[in-house]
Amino acid sequence: MQSDPGFYEYWPYHQRPRLTWPNGARVAFWVAPNIEFYELNPPANPHRKAWPQPSPAVPGYSIRDYGNRVGHMRQMALLNKYGVRGSISLSTALCEHHPEIIELCQERNWEFFSHGIYNTRYTYGMSAEQERSMIRDSMETIYRHTGQKCAGYLAPALSHSEDTLDLFAEVGTELFGDDGGFYTCDLFHDDQPTPINLRSGKRFVSVPYSLEMNDTIAYVVNKVEPRRYGQMLKENFDRLYQEGAESGTVMCIPTHNYQVSCPHRMRAFEEALEYITGHSDVWVTTGREIAEYYLQHFYDTARADIEHKNASAKWEATCQ
Amino acid sequence: MSDRKPLGSEHLQYPQRHYGMDHSHYEWQMLTEREPVHWQQGELALWVNVSLQFFPLNQRGTPFPPPGGMTMPYPDLRHFSLRDYGNRVGIYRILRALDQYGVKPTFAVNGELALRTPYLMHMLRERGDELIAHGWNMDSPHYGGQAQEEEAELISRTLDTLQEASGQSVQGWLSPGKVHSENTPTLLAKHGIEYFCDWVNDDMPYHFRTGSGALWAMPLSTELEDQFILRNNLHSETSYAEQIEDACRFLLAEARQQGGRILALNIHPWMLGQPHRIGYLERVLEFVTAQPGVFSAPAGTLLEQCARPVTEPA
Repeated sequence: MQSDPGFYEYWPYHQRPRLTWPNGARVAFWVAPNIEFYELNPPANPHRKAWPQPSPAVPGYSIRDYGNRVGHMRQMALLNKYGVRGSISLSTALCEHHPEIIELCQERNWEFFSHGIYNTRYTYGMSAEQERSMIRDSMETIYRHTGQKCAGYLAPALSHSEDTLDLFAEVGTELFGDDGGFYTCDLFHDDQPTPINLRSGKRFVSVPYSLEMNDTIAYVVNKVEPRRYGQMLKENFDRLYQEGAESGTVMCIPTHNYQVSCPHRMRAFEEALEYITGHSDVWVTTGREIAEYYLQHFYDTARADIEHKNASAKWEATCQ
Repeated sequence: MSDRKPLGSEHLQYPQRHYGMDHSHYEWQMLTEREPVHWQQGELALWVNVSLQFFPLNQRGTPFPPPGGMTMPYPDLRHFSLRDYGNRVGIYRILRALDQYGVKPTFAVNGELALRTPYLMHMLRERGDELIAHGWNMDSPHYGGQAQEEEAELISRTLDTLQEASGQSVQGWLSPGKVHSENTPTLLAKHGIEYFCDWVNDDMPYHFRTGSGALWAMPLSTELEDQFILRNNLHSETSYAEQIEDACRFLLAEARQQGGRILALNIHPWMLGQPHRIGYLERVLEFVTAQPGVFSAPAGTLLEQCARPVTEPA
């Protein structure tokens, strides 16, 4: 066990090299609908219980099923209305369970990235080989059903191992070379993309995927009122837009159809989308496109600046 | 991780990974793919369910404590008496509000409560409103692994008691805590129940398979429930009203495009029957019932129309 996973160095938010987005946009804005499948009766993981009641755990299972049966169409219609292509954080077994949803997203040219196979299969306790096999299965499933070379990863139910990021990047390289496995949504340390250190040395980037703007974190964990959630989204955007005039920022809204697409929560979400997309200088995009653009234009500059800042800090520390 | 037991091979096996659900209780179907329902009376049905509950003071809490139950060491008079307030005082405020706005509710009643409050039961019987069974009491959960005979006895005791108290044949069921066992749906169908309200995976009724014929699954939203919003999420009363008003606007717009919808409100006299909250229920009922296209009906009335879809709206 490590006191710091070492995925990134300290990199102060001020005086970074200026980050610019296509067409001079200030904010790269993306929406990441989590489309998930929770099993009614998964094998019990000794490190984390899937459900609070003995099977059948009707309350938890059925509201998540609501997300797919009812909520998906609502959110998709709303994102269409505001010209947002979703970047799907996908429980990839959904390709087999509910292929209709996958087809609807494909027709709209949405991105699919891996969120594991089921959101009831936690990484905790997996050997590196088991995790590699699970990740590989998930990426192959996306490719087989959509032809997309999976670029991003969000660990199932945010359950990680020390190896998760390395394994994802390595499997991506095995399957797709540099076209797959090059960004993660699992880290919450920044409002701009940052380079990530991997044992393979692969060029790999963390794309901001906000935990605070995540509807499930807001509604279930923080118990935020729907209209206040809408207000939080607008205020989050306002500040990132303001700062984006100096150097580009990223705003992500991670959503779940069993939360944001309930009838009493749609209005708050719609108002925020209307507000955000109503601004000029906003790049409405996907996770993959942000990562690709960053890797192409800023990754090396960022690496050099991080190295320089930490080297001079070390030098100053040595002089004292 | 060295401190963790390795997982067995079953964790990488997925026997249910195929088209549709990972169980056989119902068919996978998105709401938008279903034959639309056209209500005879309008576009959006307001279904208010009032849950009348008894929480025993000597709560066992096994295998899990009931939501809204005792939390303090015995005797937890604080929670016991405040729940009782709902059945003594709060319910009468709620009845007055429902009547003021012409709302036709269902009442979900614990069997044991019917024995404890004959006056209230008599009044409900006189009113003639639809009554559904809400289990024996809030500390009698139906749960996975429960002995089938034990559960069957709970169900028949509950139904017999409620049928006698209400003078009507009880057709609906709401499990305490909306939790049930692997046998509950089959046992309910066997005991003549036609619909149950435990599953919150839809906004419209659908068929639920059981070992003894189909049940209707009736959508009774948990996310919009007074207890969930006010007590679980600690949202303000103002937000409770706003959430229902927003849901009403949204569902009405959706109903106009996609066919009939239901705004299902589950309310508890021990929550909304408080003097500082009843005004918010009145505000909600005033708003909802004033919307053109909204009508109020109990669950049974709505299901009759689902069983025989009306093609021409009246």
